[in-house]
Amino acid sequence: MSRYVIGRIGQAGLVLWAAFTVSFILLQALPGDAILIKFLNPELGLGPEQIADIRASYGADNPLLVQYVHTVANFLTGNFGYSTHAGVPVGDLILANLPPTLWLSTLGFLLSLILAVMLAALSALSPFSWLRSCIQSIPALFISTPVFWLGILLIQIFSFQLRLIPIINPGPWQALILPVVTLAVPISAPLAQILMRNIDHVLTEPFVAVARAKGASHRWVLWKHVAKNAVLPTLTIGGILFGELLAGAVVTEAVFGLNGLGGLTQRSVNDQDIAVLQAIVVFSAAAFVLINLTVDLLYPVFDPRLRVRQGAVA
Amino acid sequence: MTTAITIKSTSTDVSNLPVLEISNLAVGYRGNEGFQRVVHEVSLLVRPGEVVALVGESGSGKTTTAQAVIGLLAENGRLEAGAVRLNGTDIAGWSQKRLDAIRGSKISLIPQDPTSSLNPVKTIGAQVAEVLQIHRQGSRAEIDARVIDLLTRVGLSQPVLRAKQYPHELSGGMRQRVLIAIAVALRPALIIADEPTSALDATVQKRILDLIDELRHEYGTAVLLVTHDLGVAADRANHLVVLKEGRVQEQGPTAEVLASPRSDYTRKLLADAPSLGKTRSVSRSISPRIHGRDDAIVVENLVQDFTIGGRRDVFRAVDGVSFTVQRGTTHAIVGESGSGKTTTVRSIVGFQKPTSGRIRVDGIDVMSLHGDTLRRFRKTIQLVYQNPFASLDPRQTIFQIVEEPLLNFDCPPREERARKVQAILDRVGLPQSALTRRPHGLSGGQRQRVAIARALVLDPQVLVLDEAVSALDVTVQAQILALLDELQQALGLTYLFISHDLAVVRQISDTVSVLHNGRQVDSGFVEDVFLRPESAYTRELIGAIPGQRKPTGTDITRSMGAER
Repeated sequence: MSRYVIGRIGQAGLVLWAAFTVSFILLQALPGDAILIKFLNPELGLGPEQIADIRASYGADNPLLVQYVHTVANFLTGNFGYSTHAGVPVGDLILANLPPTLWLSTLGFLLSLILAVMLAALSALSPFSWLRSCIQSIPALFISTPVFWLGILLIQIFSFQLRLIPIINPGPWQALILPVVTLAVPISAPLAQILMRNIDHVLTEPFVAVARAKGASHRWVLWKHVAKNAVLPTLTIGGILFGELLAGAVVTEAVFGLNGLGGLTQRSVNDQDIAVLQAIVVFSAAAFVLINLTVDLLYPVFDPRLRVRQGAVA
Repeated sequence: MTTAITIKSTSTDVSNLPVLEISNLAVGYRGNEGFQRVVHEVSLLVRPGEVVALVGESGSGKTTTAQAVIGLLAENGRLEAGAVRLNGTDIAGWSQKRLDAIRGSKISLIPQDPTSSLNPVKTIGAQVAEVLQIHRQGSRAEIDARVIDLLTRVGLSQPVLRAKQYPHELSGGMRQRVLIAIAVALRPALIIADEPTSALDATVQKRILDLIDELRHEYGTAVLLVTHDLGVAADRANHLVVLKEGRVQEQGPTAEVLASPRSDYTRKLLADAPSLGKTRSVSRSISPRIHGRDDAIVVENLVQDFTIGGRRDVFRAVDGVSFTVQRGTTHAIVGESGSGKTTTVRSIVGFQKPTSGRIRVDGIDVMSLHGDTLRRFRKTIQLVYQNPFASLDPRQTIFQIVEEPLLNFDCPPREERARKVQAILDRVGLPQSALTRRPHGLSGGQRQRVAIARALVLDPQVLVLDEAVSALDVTVQAQILALLDELQQALGLTYLFISHDLAVVRQISDTVSVLHNGRQVDSGFVEDVFLRPESAYTRELIGAIPGQRKPTGTDITRSMGAER
């Protein structure tokens, strides 16, 4: 068991390193850089020699390999460098922008889970097949709803028409309600689809017929036999979706004017603030890897078939 | 068609009220064009303590009939007419809710496939306890004690440990015992056993059927046994009901039906069923003198190890298997699951490198092959798999399927390919109109013909038939076996026939190797091995073949063999 865990952690480390390296190469390959954008401004009146000096002070004229080794060493010691644009440590910048994104994505994910489970349960319990096919088509509707459109629609209805949620100076919780809903609706769709498909599939399994033959009612079978078997395969996709959420809900943050990681990413791209982008990429990759690692390690807890067999073999 | 629905009273000492009485049952499934009826006017009686076998081929409606009795038809199924009387009460029109009260307690089910019939994420104990909980049989502690009692009763070793284990930790036979424990837990009046042993090895099948018999006597439970295997039905049932296309062909006491079948269909079924009474219709003399000179396959001391878990644990799947197959003859490899027969074949075909030993096929040293020489070798030896539903690509047309091997090898011009494909299709007895169809438009037997055509299109010397007729109905099985025989004579093919079915093996092969736990426990000419088995295991295997018991005073083996 411990060997499996160590192996998985090793793989996670490898993924992180690969993400770092690829993003480093891509970011360096971009034409121009943040220093040029900031200091080539004619109003500053800096000569070419002065700019070269500034570049040297940032270490921007070192060979690429030296820069790479430097950056790796710095990242390993927790030093993510300075934002060229804002002039503050990148670590501080990310920490400041993290809480809104963390809240948004966690709550959004939880709400999408609740939505997905509700839809799946409704479809499984519906007594008529026409009703079931109606419910089963809802996720397709959800997934094809553009986020920016849904966000604006929700603001229109709840803030401007019904005036339930103030748009100017909302409380910290009030500010989260609409973005969380906006985020949850499209995320819930794939979860609900997979859940419904799994439930339908598990219902055709012979062990369900055996349970019915024991005298178990439809509800009993759904709750005691189908639920766990149907949820297991959704863990993986759930982890991936949550990782994507953390990595930045750029559009949602933009629509609702939240200062999260998404907003930070967008500004950094505009400014070509490579140090910030590099840190964001590594942070997102780390979040992704960590969530998936957790999911992988959780699987044996839920599924006895994945536990390491003890005792003699067959 | 004459439908005989006369039900004779088999004996006088049975109580007057039948446990189950089905009269004029009709069941339909909703399809694209409304409801299509698949069971027509089926009537039968099951008396207390009696075993009634519903016999038929796939599509005969036997499982549908059984499902209708217990109210578990598929969602698009509908009971359209007729009555299902359980102890005199008609339950045909009952709601699921009402049926829940009698399912598990008055009427229960032993399912077909033990591997998928237990919930993989619940413990064995919990699944046995469930039937007691649903019908509120006592407190938690009482139920727990009862579960251990039941697991002990069905013959599981270490019942306390088993109760805590999960299904994947038990073998197929053990799982079927658990399912039997669930079925008998509340001593129901009727058990529906839907192909209860079809997925099990022969020796395990015998033990499971014995257990069902034993519990039936002990509890006085009646059994409706659904089976495709006439041998099993002959051994275990008091009464036979033969179904074809949803209609009862004939029914009566087992001995009567077997001894003097009234319907043509039953006669055909009996004739096609493989049995120990049958040997190769054309017996070819294998002369020992040319032994060694004209051998198509020579296997010497084959050993195959697999590492499991860590690098230190080595599992020996095949341990010193040796045999030779003379050109133009059939050699069978017989064994139960885990015997190493599939591993042996994979080595012979060159799918894996053996740990040690020597394999020569058509004079080629298989172990020295690699890369392109290995690919070329596939022209010499071809495979036909068990499942004709899974071994054909559903998106290809039959022409594409049969043509594909030609493209992979010499790739002759288009007209020649078409000519070859058409010729081989003729050879395997398929109409040319099949060329443009796709696999789903063909029956199981036709698909297996396509698989054989695909294997033969390269003119191989050796054909490996891996359980190639095991998934087919007996009448279709008989046709495919006849086709294989004819092809062998016409083309001089050598067959390596892998099977768990000894009756079929005796019918088709000249020589045989019996494998058990990776070792070859018996080998030689089929007649010698069958009549004078050397190992205890082979004797047990032969003894486990259904259709040999004489519960009704009739020797089914002889009566089945006499049909030829």
